[in-house]
Amino acid sequence: MEVQTIDIDTVRSLFPVLDQKVNGKPLVYFDNAATTQKPRQVIDALTGYYEGYNANIHRGIHTLAEKATSAFEETRAAIRRFINAPSTDEVIFTYGTTDGINLIAKTFGRQFIGAGDEILISTMEHHSNIVPWQMLCEEKGCILKVIPIHDSGEIDMEAFDRLLTDRTRLVSVGHASNALGTVNPVKEIIGKAHAAGARVLVDGAQGASHLDVDVQAMDVDFYVFSLHKMYGPTGMGILYGKREILDAMPPYRGGGEMIREVTFEKTTYADLPYKFEAGTPNIADVVAAKTAVEFIEALGKANIAAHEKALLDYATAAVATIDGLRIIGQAREKVSVLSFVIDGIHHEDMGVILDQQGIAVRTGHHCTQPLMKRYGISGTSRASFAVYNTIEEIDILKAGIERAVKMLR
Amino acid sequence: MTINEKQDEIIDTFELFDDPLDKTQYIIDLGKKLSPIDEQYKTDDYLIKGCQSRVWLYAELKDNLLYFYGDGEPEAQIAKGLISMLIDVLSGQTPENIANADLYFIERVGMSSLVTSRRAGGLNSMIQKMKQYGSVYSKLHA
Repeated sequence: MEVQTIDIDTVRSLFPVLDQKVNGKPLVYFDNAATTQKPRQVIDALTGYYEGYNANIHRGIHTLAEKATSAFEETRAAIRRFINAPSTDEVIFTYGTTDGINLIAKTFGRQFIGAGDEILISTMEHHSNIVPWQMLCEEKGCILKVIPIHDSGEIDMEAFDRLLTDRTRLVSVGHASNALGTVNPVKEIIGKAHAAGARVLVDGAQGASHLDVDVQAMDVDFYVFSLHKMYGPTGMGILYGKREILDAMPPYRGGGEMIREVTFEKTTYADLPYKFEAGTPNIADVVAAKTAVEFIEALGKANIAAHEKALLDYATAAVATIDGLRIIGQAREKVSVLSFVIDGIHHEDMGVILDQQGIAVRTGHHCTQPLMKRYGISGTSRASFAVYNTIEEIDILKAGIERAVKMLR
Repeated sequence: MTINEKQDEIIDTFELFDDPLDKTQYIIDLGKKLSPIDEQYKTDDYLIKGCQSRVWLYAELKDNLLYFYGDGEPEAQIAKGLISMLIDVLSGQTPENIANADLYFIERVGMSSLVTSRRAGGLNSMIQKMKQYGSVYSKLHA
């Protein structure tokens, strides 16, 4: 597919939050891996829902309930298309990536992973793809094994081959690393895991907005992601799962919406996807999420990716000249994440001084403490780019880092 | 000088700065002037909890005046500057005055906006620790 240049000025004009000064300087927002800003249409969809047709969904007979239900289910259809899932039944609404992983640990994990079974994750996983498995292993006596990485920040695939055994029940890896930017070879991992009889969960928190996601082409068993990292609302995410696995899994939370019939003696459960959606869901955010998907589709994911790659390449070259700066995460394939440390400078100090210049970056361990330990550091400064960022902003970042270095040395 | 006189002096100094970066530079430079403390005090017992970076603090009572000594890991320059400024304000005062000090200069010099909320947590921990020393020593003395 031919890549088209995006008119960034037009895109920026859709994001009200970008047009402001922070500490007297024009805001440069480079914390997109934490959360992206929201375009006007997403904000309008949220207020439009509350102003126009707020109602509880599925059970109501009245007009507003019908309208809300229909908008809610339209988002499910949009997400199905976005990830090329075979059916909307396999698209479960969650509260975010963390919620999705916990759902899988508490249902699939409890049902299908037992004492002595093994779960494989990688060194670069976010805490949300570590802790739920540790909790499961404490409960069930299963074993969590960690695939090492190379210094470049890429998974050691030879080690993966060795660690994958007939005891492996699940491989759970990120599509892309929030701390390093590394894009993992998930297709290869899925193929090998399936050959060994294991299921695969891909944490798509950093993948969904940057990378091509076709769950059928990937043949992935579970794919989870959050809408707020892809221009959508907070508090809302997606769990995709293959139908036969979701059907075999017990429900997660009990309550309204997820039942077929309740008696005091026995309750039968609803069909997919409602079996996993107990209680009144996050209707407004789900409704608005559709506009975020449409925003990405209208620009074209390949075009967004090309723009972000240009930003990353430019930034990588720009900061390379800064004395003592070391980029953490030098994988051949990366999403638009630039994580760095500078000799003798604490990342928190860097973050404070950049903020005083209007530049928002993330500093710290990025919820990947074991990964930081692997590199022998306590944290990094991380700039992460989105479609509305510009080359000029990277020049500002570079000058900002240089100013901070001068102040701190 | 009393605690309040010291605070007023800092407020006067900070009024000279228009750019918040100049305030930060001033704090960084204060950190650089901090005398290093003995290695025996760089342990968990003296570590200020709640700081993103590692900062140690201990106190000594001489003639009913409490003296503070602090240090931080070499990279943590803003944190070192903050502890240096607090030591400047509170060190050499009576435990009672330290325990009861109203540190209005932090708000007045715009330090709450100068430090991020995460770091402000560290700043509060520093203040709490110093007041705690004041409180403990004033009770010992009483």
